[in-house]
Amino acid sequence: MLEIASEGIATGTTSQPKEHPMAHLVSIDDVDMRYGGADGTLAVSGLTMRVGKGDFAAVVGPSGCGKSTLMKLVTGLHIPQVGTVIVAGQHVTQPISIVGMAFQNPTMLPWRTTLENILLPLEIVEKHRHRLRANKKEYIEKAEHLLELVGLKGFGAKFPWQLSGGMQQRANLCRALIHEPELLMLDEPFGALDAFTREELWCVIRDLHAAQGVTIVLVTHDLREAAFLADKIFVMSARPGRILKEHRVPFERPRDLEIMYESRFNDLVHQLHGEIAQARVTA
Amino acid sequence: MTIATENSTATPAIAKQPARINWVKAAPWLFTLGMFLFWEMLVRGLGTPVTILPAPSRIFQAVVQYWSPLLKNSAQTLFTTTLGFGLAVVGGLAIGLFIGWSKTIYAGLYPIMIGFNAIPKVAVVPILVIWFGIGTIPAVITAFLISFFPIVVNVATGLATIEPETEDVLRALGAKKLDIMLKVGIPRSMPYFFGSLKIAITLAFVGSVLSETVASNYGLGNMMASAQSQFNVPLVFAGLLALAVEGIAMYSLMAFIERRMTGWAHRSTMAN
Repeated sequence: MLEIASEGIATGTTSQPKEHPMAHLVSIDDVDMRYGGADGTLAVSGLTMRVGKGDFAAVVGPSGCGKSTLMKLVTGLHIPQVGTVIVAGQHVTQPISIVGMAFQNPTMLPWRTTLENILLPLEIVEKHRHRLRANKKEYIEKAEHLLELVGLKGFGAKFPWQLSGGMQQRANLCRALIHEPELLMLDEPFGALDAFTREELWCVIRDLHAAQGVTIVLVTHDLREAAFLADKIFVMSARPGRILKEHRVPFERPRDLEIMYESRFNDLVHQLHGEIAQARVTA
Repeated sequence: MTIATENSTATPAIAKQPARINWVKAAPWLFTLGMFLFWEMLVRGLGTPVTILPAPSRIFQAVVQYWSPLLKNSAQTLFTTTLGFGLAVVGGLAIGLFIGWSKTIYAGLYPIMIGFNAIPKVAVVPILVIWFGIGTIPAVITAFLISFFPIVVNVATGLATIEPETEDVLRALGAKKLDIMLKVGIPRSMPYFFGSLKIAITLAFVGSVLSETVASNYGLGNMMASAQSQFNVPLVFAGLLALAVEGIAMYSLMAFIERRMTGWAHRSTMAN
């Protein structure tokens, strides 16, 4: 069911050329975002970036560079004072439900089972909330399919606090994807996990991206994570944040974890590291 | 929940061992018994007159002697207390949800609530008597007034401490304030709410007995007041004993309800 629904996007990805200028899902143009009135802190300034449909983009930068602000701008939780944010051809002026979000903190609700947690967005999103009761079975099947995709088959009835941190984060991804968002925004989703679990989840995300054709924007501190997963890496400056550099990641897909031990991978990470170190110094 | 059932399959192996005294389970009874024994010995040893501090044996004698008025007045006090407490639960939940709804309401009403709570309820009883006369009604209202505050504070706190990430995730999906309250805020504040019931029920007893003592012809408060005026000190202590028993019973009931309703909050590691 899921495949059928996302087919349109999926075909877009398979024929993915180097750049397709007409199909930008996210366009941010010259955006300023200031918190707390006229003399408040300027979080981002002159921010311009584009993410194509079906792309996997990563945003890296020194801490406090406004990466979380970027998340909130794209999802419509914040409206910028200057500049425009366009997502899926629409000017963002209020929260848009075509976005799924996942944070470092899985924020599963402890009184709901994992399956009920995953179904939560459907109780909210306008398109689904009126259909949910009548089509419960169909939606549960969908949730279970997602659980299977992330390797949590059979865990739906468990409560989130019975799952390990890595499993909770997998469930969190399912929750972010259940309403078939066109855009998935991930804010440091693997930050709190150990190295091996993190690598496992990188593969989960990689496969999800390949299977669902969803556009993903990943905000992260981990340069290896960005280089392994993304097609495009945006390097942000220190506050007020703007895009310093945009890298195209040349590695072919599907990528294997082994790629991280190749010299071209390390060269890219090294280069990114240098740029961020410099951005920190100039701050 | 599943973890609990899995564990229970492992218990027969332990149960096979020779029956041992579970000291933790026995402790409440042993300590209570110990307290009464110590009290008894103290009174006998010092030869304290019965009008000052009666020995437990003398108090139990009074319980047997006056069992009928004790039972009747205990029932009255339990009735006024639970009624006032019930009103406090409904009112406290409603006001708590109202206060927790928005930061402005929270900021505006909180000082008023604090001021109101700071007023000694003894001072309010005479006003209630002017309005409603003496008897059951002022006792119920005093129990309500004294016990609704912790419920309000706890419910409002539960609502006010929703994780910002959760709120962001839901708001990005187009959730309205009401959605967030229904899906997250209210279930989240339930452990706080049920926790506050334990505090509220003991306070409710304070309120009802207080009002009965100054403005009623029924109830344990009134019974103790008249026993005191007749220097029937063992009966006063018998009344206190009845109150303690009722208090413990209601408290355990609330603790039981709390565990039943919000098991997830006690079991969970709440992994953040």
